[in-house]
Amino acid sequence: MNTKHCDAIVLGSGAAGLTAGIYLARANLKTLIVNEGSIGGQMVLTHAVANYPGVLETSGRDISLIMKKQAKDFGCDIESNVELTKFDLISKKKMIEIDDDEVFTSDVVILATGGKPRKLGAKNEDKFKGFGISYCATCDGDFYTDKDVIVVGGGNSALEEAVSLTKWVRSITIVHQFDNFQATDHAIKQAEKNDKISFILESEITEYLGERQVEGVKIQNQKTGETRELKTDGVFVYVGYIPNTDRFKDVIDLSEREEILTDKNMLTNINGVFAAGDVREKKIRQITTAVSDGTIAALNAIEYLQK
Amino acid sequence: MLRTNLKHIESVEEFDEVIESNEHVMICCGRMGPMCLPVYDVMENLEEKYENVKFYDMEFDASHAHVLRNHELSAGFMGLPFTFYFKNGTAVKATSSIQNKKQVKTILEEHLV
Repeated sequence: MNTKHCDAIVLGSGAAGLTAGIYLARANLKTLIVNEGSIGGQMVLTHAVANYPGVLETSGRDISLIMKKQAKDFGCDIESNVELTKFDLISKKKMIEIDDDEVFTSDVVILATGGKPRKLGAKNEDKFKGFGISYCATCDGDFYTDKDVIVVGGGNSALEEAVSLTKWVRSITIVHQFDNFQATDHAIKQAEKNDKISFILESEITEYLGERQVEGVKIQNQKTGETRELKTDGVFVYVGYIPNTDRFKDVIDLSEREEILTDKNMLTNINGVFAAGDVREKKIRQITTAVSDGTIAALNAIEYLQK
Repeated sequence: MLRTNLKHIESVEEFDEVIESNEHVMICCGRMGPMCLPVYDVMENLEEKYENVKFYDMEFDASHAHVLRNHELSAGFMGLPFTFYFKNGTAVKATSSIQNKKQVKTILEEHLV
């Protein structure tokens, strides 16, 4: 197996990871960005970004494409949509292996792995991905034109995407595990006043039903334990995000919410390992704060390399 | 037109020529959305490693994309992108929704290379 050495490896390619890559590469450091999901991370799911200073309203996807181009133009290598199969963050020379067949070493690592959509964990979820289960209304909404669908979740994403889906579908049932929503009042009102949307609260989907495609679900009431079947043509899942830290928990100090703990320089408990963006313990999660984290992490990584 | 670094298929005639004149072809038919972008990235990344496979994209909403939208292998697909693998002019595999690099490589190894 060939081993390639870089000055810096950035794990993750959301706003924080791409920003870190831009700063590192611009400092003439050989930089590799490794990304297990989509370039842009959660940013690409934002249809309209109106409050990113210096940029008139645009989509998160467009911002991410520009960031990616900037990173590549400055010389970053990007390995996208790969699987991190092994790593060593503790040794002075850091190591990662991707897809079981490529090994990279570096002197510093920046962890910017963000979060991933939480799966429901209901039976048959993997079987029906792309066949009635979707995580993106913008991508797949028109496949459900004049159909009846379920949206799962109670946060802003769930309610806003449900309203967005009403452009296509005949009806939407929002299934939420609690008796109240976590979304903003505005998002709740927009959903409540839409005639196509109805609600099933205090309930969870336990199983997806169907042969080749989703044809229905089993729903369990959380209070009574009663289970019933509901026919549907599709299910859109928006049940939040979890930080991508599970694999690091044995070596990196995490908070109770499993977010990475850093100091003000974005340094973790391991020398040469920094963290940035939504994966880090912090209160405010915006594109702007991710960009800030990525900048701080990269500049401190550069300083670390110069010592 | 899709904003990727892949070669684009922009007509039915071009599609026919591509799959007839190349032994191994992978085509990703999608939009510029969060489920499609990662697959384009994987294909761009694999182009150098699989020189005997031709990698193309096709805009899902273009009229000529009916050749994949209505293909028998994509019947029942409800998630973008639709990704097709052709060997000697015949579609041998198709997938719906996002796939990672490992999944794409597995299909390339099993069905094309």
